[in-house]
Amino acid sequence: MSTGRQALVVRDLRKRYPRVEALKGISLSVPTGEIWGLLGPNGSGKSTFLKCVAGLLRPDGGELEVLGAPPSRRTKEQLAYVPEVENLYRWMTVSQVLDFTAAFYPDWQGESALELLEFMRLEPNAKVTALSKGMRARLRLITALARRAPLILLDEPFSGIDPASRERIVEGIARQFKGEEQTMIISTHAVGDAERLFDAVVFLQEGTITLQGNAEDLRSRHGKSINDLFKEVFA
Amino acid sequence: MDMKFTTSIPIYLQIMDEIKRQIATGVLKPGDKLPSQRELAAQLKVNANTVQRAYREMEVLGLVETLRGQGTFVRRSQAIVEETRRELLSRLVDDFACAMRSLGFDRGEALELVRSAFERIEAGEGVEEQ
Repeated sequence: MSTGRQALVVRDLRKRYPRVEALKGISLSVPTGEIWGLLGPNGSGKSTFLKCVAGLLRPDGGELEVLGAPPSRRTKEQLAYVPEVENLYRWMTVSQVLDFTAAFYPDWQGESALELLEFMRLEPNAKVTALSKGMRARLRLITALARRAPLILLDEPFSGIDPASRERIVEGIARQFKGEEQTMIISTHAVGDAERLFDAVVFLQEGTITLQGNAEDLRSRHGKSINDLFKEVFA
Repeated sequence: MDMKFTTSIPIYLQIMDEIKRQIATGVLKPGDKLPSQRELAAQLKVNANTVQRAYREMEVLGLVETLRGQGTFVRRSQAIVEETRRELLSRLVDDFACAMRSLGFDRGEALELVRSAFERIEAGEGVEEQ
């Protein structure tokens, strides 16, 4: 649980694209050691938000403090970001993908990677081209979970994959989450059974936060699951 | 531990209830060790912080105790077992009474139904014994 430090502090974050205002002043504070769900339909600003935190997009306004500092080369090294779009080289094998990732990050845990490979039921010698979409999603997740990164950002890790892969991914995250020293932010537009992973959730709608709170508090206050609450808010 | 959750109720409360049920029915005995928080979180596919909260609340209630570096144990106290049994029992009875009232049965009718259910079970027919 929270140790009092904040992994992420965001104040009045704004980002505008030529034709749309993607983030209209987002403020939130994520304590170290928690898993947060960033929930909203497609186009609500989830990916833009995560890219700003990851240091891949420059915000137009507001302040960001990632692991205690403004986004920089150093904060980029410390965080693990898995984008929504597929970023694997398709000619590689599964183990080449892992070796390739390992070479970039000093915090890579080779042993965890092997355990995760087995848990995710991936064959090290399989070619990326031979993997199903769900298997590729599992592999992409390993590239983040096998690091000892203090901040992990997962953009739509469950989107468009088979239910079995989805379940493996939820369980994999529950297993690997290191608590205390680690913080995760997971975006999704399909809450489903992933809700049991979240300490807190943020509902994002057209670039604005419409609801935010501790997941268990929201359940007891509304007598509803986060999933049902989500469907109600975004119906 | 195998559990089905309903996600409309706080998960930590459901974890507490399941452990209480195990204590009340003797699956977990005084002095028994609970699974580690990490282990249980992986098993239930929940956030480890949720399990931590359930364990902490049970500690406050005096049901379990955590020994530094050894894990969490059911308190060595028969009184705890009795108390937990009584708590679960009174919850069951309350739920039953409320359900009967909402179905429009009065006290006499409800008691009669309980009596006949017991007779059926003891005669070994109908409802299967747990």
